Amino acid sequence: MSAVLQIDGLNKSFGGIKATDNLNLSVQKGELHAVIGPNGAGKTTMISQLCGSQRPDTGRILYAGRDITTLPPHKRAHLGITRSYQITSLIMEMSVIDNVALALQARDGHSFRFLRPARSLSHLRDKAMDLLGKVDLTAKAEHRTKALSHGEHRRMEIAIALASDAELMLLDEPMAGLGSHESMQMVELLRGIKGQHTILLIEHDMEAVFALADRISVLVYGHIIATGTPDEIRGNEAVQHAYLGEE
Amino acid sequence: MTTRGWITLAVMALLGVLPPLFFLTGNPFYLDLATRLVILAIAAVSLNLILGYGGLVSFGHAAFVGLGAYAVGIPAHHWLYTGWGDWATMGYVQLPLAVLACAVFALLTGLVCLRTKGVYFIMITMAFAQMIYYLIVSIEEYGGDDGLVIDTRSQFAWIDLDNPLQLFGLAYVSLIVSMVLVRLIVNSRFGMVLQGAKGNPDRMATLGFNVYVFRLVAYVISGAMAGYAGALLGNFTTFISPEMMDWSRSGELMFMVILGGASTTVGPVLGAVVFIVLEEVLSHFTIYWHLPFGLLLMAVVLFVRGGLAGMFGRKED
Ligand SMILES: Nc1ncnc2c1ncn2[C@@H]1O[C@H](COP(=O)(O)OP(=O)(O)OP(=O)(O)O)[C@@H](O)[C@H]1O
Ligand SMILES: [Mg+2]
Repeated sequence: MSAVLQIDGLNKSFGGIKATDNLNLSVQKGELHAVIGPNGAGKTTMISQLCGSQRPDTGRILYAGRDITTLPPHKRAHLGITRSYQITSLIMEMSVIDNVALALQARDGHSFRFLRPARSLSHLRDKAMDLLGKVDLTAKAEHRTKALSHGEHRRMEIAIALASDAELMLLDEPMAGLGSHESMQMVELLRGIKGQHTILLIEHDMEAVFALADRISVLVYGHIIATGTPDEIRGNEAVQHAYLGEE
Repeated sequence: MTTRGWITLAVMALLGVLPPLFFLTGNPFYLDLATRLVILAIAAVSLNLILGYGGLVSFGHAAFVGLGAYAVGIPAHHWLYTGWGDWATMGYVQLPLAVLACAVFALLTGLVCLRTKGVYFIMITMAFAQMIYYLIVSIEEYGGDDGLVIDTRSQFAWIDLDNPLQLFGLAYVSLIVSMVLVRLIVNSRFGMVLQGAKGNPDRMATLGFNVYVFRLVAYVISGAMAGYAGALLGNFTTFISPEMMDWSRSGELMFMVILGGASTTVGPVLGAVVFIVLEEVLSHFTIYWHLPFGLLLMAVVLFVRGGLAGMFGRKED
């Protein structure tokens, strides 16, 4: 097995808070690697450093063997890294399909085109419709994003992550704020894409995590305290003490 | 067609037909007023590209307009006084010069301005505009703050800009072309990125777009268009002064865009119409017309979301 993502000794502080504390993690190609940890453990901060919207104070991030620690977000996207957001981050004024089409356009790489109407490009529109079909949003394609529900926004996040067809998908709590039925749908959705991409999944929903993950890492106070298969993690005393026991 | 589309057509038709009618029936003043209106509308349309669709609140747009006017005035000045050849008065030289000079100015200032956000962006675009303002003021040869008389208008073989009707015609056609151009750009792949970056720049970056570069290109296009409007304005007024670049002029252009309806095709034109008409009417009643005018603007901005064009149809039509 080869590591797609290798994090070495990452540190990041906000004032006095050490959000990332000597974090080491290695994600294998093709696996679904879940990261769990209590609120404020530094999960989102880790994702932000991986996608480039925040810079670590010290440490290294290797992607496919290449040091990307100081690369800006758009260049990391070109290398095949995408993320979804814990707090929905969409272009609210645009239609649902435009949001997805933009993600496709980014990968397509012809964005300095000034005259042809973007909405007439069938290779982008058709693909966007396909993806919206996968997350069950076909009927809402032309709606303004702002008008959709929270659950629909979460599904849009996934459609956009899929649109980028990234090798490495960083998913930050895709089930945040979903009801139990919607959560189940999301689990099925993730199960469907599992194996096609390397996925780093942050999630609080333990049932989902144990159902989906190949491996699990436990993050506490910015530090990984254990990594292993779901069974290993379930049986790990330190983990139970630090985290699972508190549930 | 949408309601907004019909309004656009109606406004443009009236704007094209009424002023020449006034002129031909012995009211040349109204043609003059309309020519100024149409030229300012071009500048407002260009500002709308970055302000409306790009979300970039540039407070220095009048600098491009002024620069464009000086690109007409300065060669004409040298033609008259320092023996430059006839080429210096040719429209085919002056207009491209105006566009090019503004594109370069936009590129150089944009490289810096677009590194900043929010209030800082507003302040720094304004600062660059004031810089140009003081630069011109300091050049005695071009009249300093007294301004510069343009002795001869841009020369074209096929059109005579000394003829008010023909000058209006050129301005009017230019306005339509600029509106079509902005609309095409906005709906293109480039335009989608520009609008996406307005709504959510972080998301656009994680998708793989270098937001800075897209904004810079839009800024250059917008500045170049405003420069073209400036060249027309120089031809219209036959006089230019640094006052044309003052921050209050930039503010007026912003008001036109916001009043008329930012990120709509017809908004900046509506804004220019209302602005010019109100300025004209109110200044008849009182020299203190700025006060009621300002109050009215605030009322529209506060109570009519999306400006005048926003009262009809959806925002993106
Ligand atoms: N921009 C910031 N400025 C200051 N402190 C921050 C910032 N971002 C995160 N923090 C702090 O860093 C710590 C880790 O935050 P982070 O959002 O990464 O946690 P998390 O594991 O994602 O939590 P949650 O499960 O609630 O999403 C928290 O104490 C948080 O308050
Ligand atoms: Mg988080």
